[in-house]
Amino acid sequence: MANHSDHSHGHDEAHAHGSLKSYIVGFILSIVLTIIPLVVVLNHMLSQLPTILIIMVTAVLQFVVQLFFFMHVRERQGNQPRWNVMALIFGLAIVLVVVSGSIWIMTYNGVGY
Amino acid sequence: MLENLKQFASEFFVTGDPLIYGADVSIGLVTIAIVAGLTYFKKWKWLWRNWLTTVDHKKIGIMYILAAIIMMFRGGVDALMMRTQLAIPNFEFLHPEHYNQVFTTHGVVMILFMAMPFMFGLFNVVVPLQIGARDVAFPYLNSLSFWLFFLGAMLFNLSFVIGGSPDAGWLSYPPLSELQFNPGPGQNFYIWGIQISGIGSLATGINFLVTIIKMRAPGMTMMKMPMFTWSVFATCVIIIFAFPILTVTLALLFLDRFGGGHFFTLDGGGNPMMYINLIWMWGHPEVYIVILPAFGIFSEVVSVFSRKKLFGYTSMVFAMMIIAFVSFFTWAHHFFTMGSGADVNAFFALSTMLIAIPTGVKIFNWLFTMYRGRIRFDLPMLWTVAFIPAFIVGGMTGVLLAVAPADFQYHNSYFLIAHFHQVLIGGVVFGYFAGMYYWWPKMFGFKLNETLGRWSFWFWNIGFYVCFMPQYLLGLMGMTRRVSTFDWDTGWGPLNVVSTVGAYLMGIAFILQAVQIAYSFKYREKDTTGDMWDAHTLEWTIPSPAPEYNFAITPVVDSRDPLWVDKQRRAAGKLPQKDAKPKYEPIHMPSNSGIPIVFSTFFFIAGFGFTFHWVWMGVLGLAGVLACLAARSMNDDEGFYIPAEEVEKTEASLRGTL
Repeated sequence: MANHSDHSHGHDEAHAHGSLKSYIVGFILSIVLTIIPLVVVLNHMLSQLPTILIIMVTAVLQFVVQLFFFMHVRERQGNQPRWNVMALIFGLAIVLVVVSGSIWIMTYNGVGY
Repeated sequence: MLENLKQFASEFFVTGDPLIYGADVSIGLVTIAIVAGLTYFKKWKWLWRNWLTTVDHKKIGIMYILAAIIMMFRGGVDALMMRTQLAIPNFEFLHPEHYNQVFTTHGVVMILFMAMPFMFGLFNVVVPLQIGARDVAFPYLNSLSFWLFFLGAMLFNLSFVIGGSPDAGWLSYPPLSELQFNPGPGQNFYIWGIQISGIGSLATGINFLVTIIKMRAPGMTMMKMPMFTWSVFATCVIIIFAFPILTVTLALLFLDRFGGGHFFTLDGGGNPMMYINLIWMWGHPEVYIVILPAFGIFSEVVSVFSRKKLFGYTSMVFAMMIIAFVSFFTWAHHFFTMGSGADVNAFFALSTMLIAIPTGVKIFNWLFTMYRGRIRFDLPMLWTVAFIPAFIVGGMTGVLLAVAPADFQYHNSYFLIAHFHQVLIGGVVFGYFAGMYYWWPKMFGFKLNETLGRWSFWFWNIGFYVCFMPQYLLGLMGMTRRVSTFDWDTGWGPLNVVSTVGAYLMGIAFILQAVQIAYSFKYREKDTTGDMWDAHTLEWTIPSPAPEYNFAITPVVDSRDPLWVDKQRRAAGKLPQKDAKPKYEPIHMPSNSGIPIVFSTFFFIAGFGFTFHWVWMGVLGLAGVLACLAARSMNDDEGFYIPAEEVEKTEASLRGTL
């Protein structure tokens, strides 16, 4: 593993596992994206709707940061299929189904009575 | 002091029912017998070294299957008790409360602690051998999965003698499963038993997905994988996406019960319907989780015993992946009567019917595989042939149930009971039996007795139809599920007697199978070929039972049925009759580990503590879990090598008689 950590820069390389630099960048980005909503909420800086929006936007951004810096979503072996991306897309589809399906079912719950 | 103790004991232990006292005594006697036997024959060390700490996928698979058979006995006894109670109108064999507990534990045990471990057992035994791998991707995690499952199951089963069993149905719908209506510990046993074993299930799903993606033999592309491996792949995908939903749902229910939450309560803004919505998002994919591996088994068996290649391999793969995907879009058909309106019901009715199409494709593929084949009716094939009509009838009644307007009549009636037992017994159980008989020689090196097997087969099949066909009629006559008794004037008496007779026939069949296993073990004839069935795939190229390293030389694959194609090439003289003497190399193996069983025991302690609201005990257990995680992280054991000479010696002795 050690010999992977001293090369690899830039965004578009599909190298195996991250470098020390990429881990630190990811870590700092994650902390910043956590502190922003925390500060906004604790200091009551904005009204309700913008606060919720900021929480959600920073959460999604953090999700992306985690995927790229820690979960190695770009990684692939040789000419193998992109399993990570496939699993991610399928997972997102299922989440979408779970959330939107539940909202749909529960909204009209009781119509039949 | 003594009074306090008495008071505690009378609440802690389940008291007052002679049936349970009888069970207490038999559990005590069996435990004493096992402990005494192990001590007398000085087998403790052997048990610990060879089984409890093993990371060998074949041994873990055997332990899974053994546990599944024991759980099948327990769930089967529950079933017979219910059928006894229902045999005669107004019969007073079980109290209504006891009946509620019995149908709850029957459902949970049969699905989660019988079907799931049976399935995982077959995964473990077969998949690495079938893809030419030396073990699963994460052998330690595999052992951990087994022990989490096993101790979760034991925690659930403990409720039977300590504290009282859960009684809110196998999916424990609120509000009945909430604190308000169910204050006892039974429901907590349910939550913790399933949560602990659920961690194991999720880990197994990940483990086998990675194994299949990463560890196939060179040359085995995805579209050259054996069909059972494909079915495991599809199943693992469903497990990974469905089980987290169960975990979250039960965690919310736990918060309601333990922390005074209001997710599913009737007041405080909770909505019990949300639980039903969430639990079926796992529950529906779950039934495909257990049936897809059975489909894989049938595909293997039908082609081997018809002496043909599988008909329509590509369409089989697509059918399976479509079923896996669409299984996430059908959950609301379990609660059409909730009344979410015509749009919702129409969508879920259509998606449910849609699944029948790929399933039908598979049925036709199996039939076409048999067409013009030279069929041998050994036990695995017998079960496969029995499965087809059973599953077609079960599937058709499923499509009837999917018609949302009509479902208002069938909902929660015995028609539904008959339907899902028909697909779960006729599909899943028959499939796993076919798999067990088919791979038994690979696990143990001998075949199970054919005559006893046939007796058991016919008892199972006749009993099955005698038991469940009357239940369709009872459902149409208005008998609802979970009634503990009924009156003479309902007219349900005669059909219920018939159904009970069928259940007892299946009970006899199970005993015959137990006898069959014991008999075959005693009078076993060692298989020296490693390929007892003249089979097609890689697991039959190695000796039975497989050596601990599986393949001395990693095989190279260039077709879908590598062994069969090689046999044909040999017969045609295109390959030499005997392989050249291979050059063996040292084989890297993972070391055994005692951490998984200790880790799971701590989880058991934590679950038991939270069940009784003894927070100190729960925290203690979780601290133990953390300690085990730390111990594992500090462990630098890289495994060991089996030297080439030893591999050569083992291979020579195993293959010596070839």
